[in-house]
Amino acid sequence: MLEARQLETKLASLYKAGKIVGGVYLGKGQEAVSASLGGSLKWKHDVFAPLIRDQGGRTAFGEDLLDCARTYLGSVEGPMRGRDGNIHRGRPAEGLLAMISHLGAAVPVVTGMLLARRLKGELDGVVGATCIGDGGTSTGAFHEGLNAAAVEKLPLVVVVANNQFAYSTPNDRQFACEDLYDRAKGYGVAGHRVDGTDFLACLRVIGGAVASARAGGGPQMVVANLLRLSGHGEHDDGSYVPDTLRAGHLGQDCMDVARQQMVDSGYATAEEIEGWRSELEDRVQRALAKAQQETKPDPWHETWQACSQNPALPFEA
Amino acid sequence: MSITYVDAIREAQEQLLKDDPRVFLYGQDISRFGGAFKATKGLADAYPGRVLDSPISEDAMVGMAIGSAIDGMRPILEMQFADFSSVGFNQIVNQAATHFYRTGIPVPITVRLPSGGTPGSGPFHSQSMESIYAHYPGLVVVTPATVSDAYQMLIESVALDDPVLYCEHKFLYRWLKAPKIDHDGLPLGRARITRHGRHATIVTYSAMVHEAVRAADRLQQESGWEIEVVDLRTVKPLDMDTVLASVARTGRLLTLGESFPWGGVTAEVVARVCSEGFHLLDAPPKRLNSRDTPVPYHPNLWAAHRPTPESICIAMRELLSF
Repeated sequence: MLEARQLETKLASLYKAGKIVGGVYLGKGQEAVSASLGGSLKWKHDVFAPLIRDQGGRTAFGEDLLDCARTYLGSVEGPMRGRDGNIHRGRPAEGLLAMISHLGAAVPVVTGMLLARRLKGELDGVVGATCIGDGGTSTGAFHEGLNAAAVEKLPLVVVVANNQFAYSTPNDRQFACEDLYDRAKGYGVAGHRVDGTDFLACLRVIGGAVASARAGGGPQMVVANLLRLSGHGEHDDGSYVPDTLRAGHLGQDCMDVARQQMVDSGYATAEEIEGWRSELEDRVQRALAKAQQETKPDPWHETWQACSQNPALPFEA
Repeated sequence: MSITYVDAIREAQEQLLKDDPRVFLYGQDISRFGGAFKATKGLADAYPGRVLDSPISEDAMVGMAIGSAIDGMRPILEMQFADFSSVGFNQIVNQAATHFYRTGIPVPITVRLPSGGTPGSGPFHSQSMESIYAHYPGLVVVTPATVSDAYQMLIESVALDDPVLYCEHKFLYRWLKAPKIDHDGLPLGRARITRHGRHATIVTYSAMVHEAVRAADRLQQESGWEIEVVDLRTVKPLDMDTVLASVARTGRLLTLGESFPWGGVTAEVVARVCSEGFHLLDAPPKRLNSRDTPVPYHPNLWAAHRPTPESICIAMRELLSF
């Protein structure tokens, strides 16, 4: 999560300097939740479909820093080769899905990957996970996908980061139930609640939900309460978030909480953490500098082919 | 002994389940019940665990098919009616259709769409969706019109690495029969000249192929006109070589389809012929589609909503008299 925060801080600067085309969407304030999920998953073994505020989870899952740098900066060396940008990147063959913008759409896709594993007899010990926001829970895809996963009893973990606002729309214009956590029972999935600003609690609850799914406990839904510490994207100042909310418990930065928790528990000293931060800042800087120097996509070298095969050419059925 | 169009679809799925362990079927009521049209009858018993009932969740159905395909499976999805695929539209056009271009990983799903009108089916069980899906890059759209094509094109759709919308016409399910599956070897993406002629060309697909042949027979008997009928078979990609070669022979073109008249396959073919073969035309090309209303329920209205041999003959006489 430290790497994610360093990376996103740099991305925001590059965006403000006009070096990034398109949007920049940050996970500031959501790192503890996201990294707890990504860190509980195994690269090339589990399935992870991150959403827009999951740099922490991507890094913890095992995504290469360069994939992020190259996609944001439009390098042809990146996994999306300029065909898609920013947080839409992924490596589906390695289990990291590339999100589309339509919220909830990944829930059934992860479910389908798990169904495939079951049909192939490879489901044992596998988990599929995805993140969504409070607003995304209002979509039909979220409902249909979670219901279908529950019907199939597949090891799906859905982490709902309730950051109180869907873009600018507050919870009370988004849903009428008291707590999104209450919905879990209605879907027939195990429900969990966690304070998303509390790093150790996130590790325990989200890690526990993943372990439960992995052990055959069926689908899990975790609702994490937190506050987004940036705008919806870097184009947005988030002025609709009341100061009282920012000043309250949810407004605390999970990075500060995590740092304190690590020091208090004797896991690391403040100096050690600062050492990691400085080392990661260098790594981030190097990755971004490398991506910036790489070739940009060239329309004359683009295939402009949306299909992998031309069915009109003779092929073997 | 004869085999119907829907039997051919069932047999193709049975063959695919038999030959390819990656294939599984997913859809509403398709398991023990055998599907609303019995296109999967008996398959759940023959292939346990591979013919799965889905909830009434078209978005999740398509999403799950996509996920399973990314993970190496070859799902065949049955929409109970093509009309309901609108609920899964987002997953088809935004997830499946963009995936290969964006990530380099193809999504080999086949979505079966029971399409087109039958008497009494009304506005929500009669639609033809091929033009909508053909609009999107990254999708293949097939529209078999014969028993053998229904079989062979389903086999080939599943073999293709890209997402295929397989539009099967409900009107043909039991009405259309053949002595046996006897395929002429035309691959997906190639049109067929169903009936040879030299005075005008009708380019059509799916159930309208049969209405076009009826109209052509009538015009020949009544006036000696020799009408060529081209069955597109695959509406995307379009086999313009076959279409242009036919128009070059006849000089006159009618495009015929059952879907709504605004835009779509018939408009695309006319636009391409005008653009690529204007010099081949001896008369302004014509289009004939359904009427521009929802598909009506009552058989009297339905029969006048879609093109019929009578309305095709009227259009053809206008075309031939130019």
